[in-house]
Amino acid sequence: MPDTFYFALEVTVNGLMAGVMYALVALGFVLIFKASGIFNFAQGVMALFAAMTFVGIQNGQIPFAHLINAILGTNIHYFGWKLHSILAIVLTVVVMILLAWAVQRFIFRYLVGQEPIILFMATIGLAYLLEGVADLMWGADIKKVDVCLAEGTCLPQGINAAIDEATFNLFGYGFFIDNLDITATIVAAILVAALVAFSQYTKQGRAMRAVADDHQAALSVGVSLNYIWILVWSVAGFVALVAGLMWGAKSGVQFSLSLIALKALPVLMLGGFTSIPGAIVGGLIIGMGEKLFEFFIGSAIGGATENWFAYVLALIFLVFRPQGLFGEKIIERV
Amino acid sequence: MLDQSQGYVTDDGRKIGGVVMEMKNITLRFGGVEAIKDISFDIREGEIRAIIGPNGAGKSSMLNVISGFYHPQEGEVWYRGRKRPPMKPYQVARQGIARTFQNIALFEGMSVLDNVMTGRLTHMDSNIFRQAIWKGRAEREEVENREKAERIIDFLEIQNIRKTPVSRLPYGLKKRVELARALVSEPSLLLLDEPMAGMNVEEKEDMCRFILDVNDEFGTTIALIEHDMGVVMDLSDRVVVMDYGKKIGDGTPHEVRNNPEVIDAYLGVSHD
Repeated sequence: MPDTFYFALEVTVNGLMAGVMYALVALGFVLIFKASGIFNFAQGVMALFAAMTFVGIQNGQIPFAHLINAILGTNIHYFGWKLHSILAIVLTVVVMILLAWAVQRFIFRYLVGQEPIILFMATIGLAYLLEGVADLMWGADIKKVDVCLAEGTCLPQGINAAIDEATFNLFGYGFFIDNLDITATIVAAILVAALVAFSQYTKQGRAMRAVADDHQAALSVGVSLNYIWILVWSVAGFVALVAGLMWGAKSGVQFSLSLIALKALPVLMLGGFTSIPGAIVGGLIIGMGEKLFEFFIGSAIGGATENWFAYVLALIFLVFRPQGLFGEKIIERV
Repeated sequence: MLDQSQGYVTDDGRKIGGVVMEMKNITLRFGGVEAIKDISFDIREGEIRAIIGPNGAGKSSMLNVISGFYHPQEGEVWYRGRKRPPMKPYQVARQGIARTFQNIALFEGMSVLDNVMTGRLTHMDSNIFRQAIWKGRAEREEVENREKAERIIDFLEIQNIRKTPVSRLPYGLKKRVELARALVSEPSLLLLDEPMAGMNVEEKEDMCRFILDVNDEFGTTIALIEHDMGVVMDLSDRVVVMDYGKKIGDGTPHEVRNNPEVIDAYLGVSHD
């Protein structure tokens, strides 16, 4: 086999793994959109907020330290502990659940039954608000995510090297696959499997699907919409945390992290806004597509195709299959 | 004649018990329009109670008041001997009042079995953590609920479409699935909003049979809205007749049929 083939294979694999990261973000959008019809523009900021909260809690940073110091004239910054990643994740999840409750209680409770555009505008407001709160709480400096996945500190020593060696020697060709990408793929697979099991086999999952399908019918079988919406925002918050940690581990936790939401848009247009499998397949197609396009055609047209490929692909889909690959076809009866 | 204090025995020998639900002087307004004007009636244990009336009489509004979708401006709702505070529809459902809708509200994306299983949601007590672990109580509950769902599916003769997505079913069967979903929650009061609307004769006969069977087999108290006078007269034990938001008749089908005001309302005689 010629080296170009292996190189193309390597590009494909890396593209697929980048796609997993896109899919993670898109997943959060789909969850909320399905259950409440809200297109949550703040999903990216939620990922940022979750990642910053995680790092802050882990490093024992005092929330709102700058604000407290400015008002009280103190000089406090840290509690002086360093928490285990697992504990920090659990605490961050608690924060995300509180956020979900607050969003429902103070924003969307008052907007039930409003036009989609109004709900959408509310999420834009939420995005800016949350970004400001994140800044106030944890400061604006770029932070490094120190979960096990970044440096392999949680894994027994040597596994990283073993993975490197195994992938490197595959087919006797110098493969390069980022360990972080492998971890992300595994975590994403577990996350999706857990979500599917949750929605298929548990009471809350069934209620969630019921609400996503028909509000009135859900009420009539005793489902509280408010409770389910808080639950859905919590789950989306958890997904945002996972996405935020993955992206944060890759490129540092910084405010540009909230822009990953933009990358999720073409994924959603491909996969359909209401389909969880769609989000995953859409993410994979975009991830792989943009890498392969760059590899085969990019050099011929001057490179840097990754910046626009996803959006152009989404545009083509909008013209020929507006409901996406897996979305529900909208039929208007006259 | 009815014995209003202790219940009564129907012509076909069924014993009707005490009052399950009592509406006292209900008035419901939408802006300046009075959809229901000062209506009182009761529903007794084990009976089939019909609410009839011409289009726009306020029948569906009344059903929506009972099931908590609408809240009356005046009047009281008494349920099982207690005055009911204003409640959300899901709270009403949890109290054991199940309903169907005039324009079918099923979960279109789910299979028939899944739809019926959602009817058991009010009976699942295990919390989210137990559900996540999926052992012990959560698992037992699921098995038990599944058995109940299968029994109702058999009862309503929809076994052969158990796994079919609801969106693919014809209208008549959808109505039956909706009945199954309401019934599986073992309601103490079952509300049916025009269960026979839009059906052909054969489907109507089937639905009539099922309603009678449900009442007979499970002793379910049923309140239903219907357009078709003939159907109502065959099915129900007592009938409330509404016209322009007012109650113009209440009694056995025989009494109602001979009530001049009811005859006027249905034949459209004008009152000067």
